[in-house]
Amino acid sequence: MKKNLIEVKNLEKYFEITGGFLRRKKSTVKAVDNISFEIPFGESLGLVGQSGCGKTTTARALCLLDPKTGGEVNFYNKDLDKMESIDNLDDDELKQFRRNIQMIFQDPYEALNPRWTIKDIILEPLNIHNIGSISDRDEAVFEILKTVGLTPPENYLPRYPHELSGGQRQRVSIARALIMKPKFVVCDEPTSMLDVSIRISIMDLMLNLAKDLEVSYLYITHDLAVARYMCNRIAVMFNGKIVEIAETEELLKNPIHPYTKRLISSIPVPDPSYVRENYELNYDELDSIIAKDTDQKGMVDIGNQHYVATHDVKGLL
Amino acid sequence: MVKEVLKVSNLNMYYETISGNVSAVKDISFTVHEGESFGLVGESGCGKTSVAMSLLQLQADNAKISSGSIILDGQELIGLSENELRKVRWDGISIVFQGAMNAWNPVVKIGEQIREAIREHYPNNSKAENTEKIESLFKIVGLDSSIMDRYPHELSGGMKQRAVIALALSCDPKIVIADEPTTALDVVIQDQILKEIKKVQELFGLSLIYISHDIAVIAEMTNQMAVMYAGRIVEIGPTSQLFSNPRHAYTRLLLESTPSVVGEKKKLRSLDGEPPSLINEIKGCSFSPRCPNPTDSCKNGTKEMGLIEVSPGHFADQCCVECI
Repeated sequence: MKKNLIEVKNLEKYFEITGGFLRRKKSTVKAVDNISFEIPFGESLGLVGQSGCGKTTTARALCLLDPKTGGEVNFYNKDLDKMESIDNLDDDELKQFRRNIQMIFQDPYEALNPRWTIKDIILEPLNIHNIGSISDRDEAVFEILKTVGLTPPENYLPRYPHELSGGQRQRVSIARALIMKPKFVVCDEPTSMLDVSIRISIMDLMLNLAKDLEVSYLYITHDLAVARYMCNRIAVMFNGKIVEIAETEELLKNPIHPYTKRLISSIPVPDPSYVRENYELNYDELDSIIAKDTDQKGMVDIGNQHYVATHDVKGLL
Repeated sequence: MVKEVLKVSNLNMYYETISGNVSAVKDISFTVHEGESFGLVGESGCGKTSVAMSLLQLQADNAKISSGSIILDGQELIGLSENELRKVRWDGISIVFQGAMNAWNPVVKIGEQIREAIREHYPNNSKAENTEKIESLFKIVGLDSSIMDRYPHELSGGMKQRAVIALALSCDPKIVIADEPTTALDVVIQDQILKEIKKVQELFGLSLIYISHDIAVIAEMTNQMAVMYAGRIVEIGPTSQLFSNPRHAYTRLLLESTPSVVGEKKKLRSLDGEPPSLINEIKGCSFSPRCPNPTDSCKNGTKEMGLIEVSPGHFADQCCVECI
């Protein structure tokens, strides 16, 4: 049994809508509602679902970019050799935690400061955390550029983001995230803005780095084909809830939940002779079923560590 | 014999820039028959959109068509005046632009914007007739008729894209160009829009030119396709043939770099390097710097370029047929 790096239990992120007289609370948006998962060391979990289902909100809550409103996030503490809740961290520990968790964003055109050189951008985390001497830092930047395939590094250091192509910029984002030697990287659709030809080389780079540096990813995407290539396990999200979570191949070969089936059937297949299943869903109905299911029982294990959120698994099998 | 709707032959187009001429479309020829859907695939900057813009002659001011012919339903489009072209656009060929859902005028109601296009071509129609027409189009693309009185910001991305399709169909065109119509959309919405386009195509017997960088979408949507690289068509033929028996090294790499959710999980191949700059004349094979196993004559640029027929109806650039 592999050790878990991160464990998420009943995570909630509610947004309160206020308005009217005295800005009173009007309603609550349950952007992330009672979700649980864990990621072992060196494994990647794919978080897939439609736009607006809460994938990015989950990621932001994990990275403490937005405070969660409920639930627990436990992160492995190397010094104590046990899981520790991120709620109990003091300032120093929090800083330490942040070194171990990094993010790669979707849009490489917006994620890099246009007025900074590539060197400044990658150096910034080292400066903030005050790691090593100045010459050590320069050395580290040089090395990480080589690692992400921007060679020779001296050609890239003095350049500005606008001088680079989309693929090169995304490599800079990856370098910036990995220079802290994090254990956990949240990737928010890192390849969806890139051209097909560059996409695979970025995905391969990330897979190789995961192996070499023992990094775990939470990989957010709406494309199951990409998730299949990148992830060991996949969690399917719908309206703020996880409806199904399983090993990648198990999930694709044996989807149980109607929403997972719909998602799989919506991915075009690069084979003209393949006819996709036409799987239609009534989304309003689906939402109320899922709300009922997840509130009543939570996830049901159907074997092979395959979990489905439904009170009526037998009815679906 | 199925009727030819559009015949493009030896089309050349370049952009005049300060640093020199960029030849974006080189010697492109293809034919689209009635009811057929023709796919154009290739990576960013390979000239797909430039071809579409040349067909409608909507290209930027610095773009010049240097030679070639575009025959739409028996009528030559090259050399027509702006006024004559206005009649052809939308009536003969219409286009669903890339990111078209952001092309709506934000301060005019959706219905009024479609009505404007119809009025331009059928000035004698009454307002009631036009409204009826739009209603029937909305029904086909799965929109409620109340959407007509909405402003663009009130609609979701998928709804706006459906309305764009309705707009493209509003003047009964013979051929519709769809330039990456689903690129900015979510997978499930993309799936719905693709089904909508297919349905509309069958219903009206439309010809379709479908432009995409996603080879999986091309596989589903088209029966003929062309692969473009650096402004040229490098392989053209029936979609099923190109997929089962790709004869150009670039087509093959595109196929091997596309992930799929069905079948066995395969190792994907990456396509390293970048497409060549089109500003200078490229000697010999433009793909050779990225080709996995180029021959010596490819590298030193002595290899002849040009399409040859590898099997009936299936053409590939002769330079790369050998090094595949």
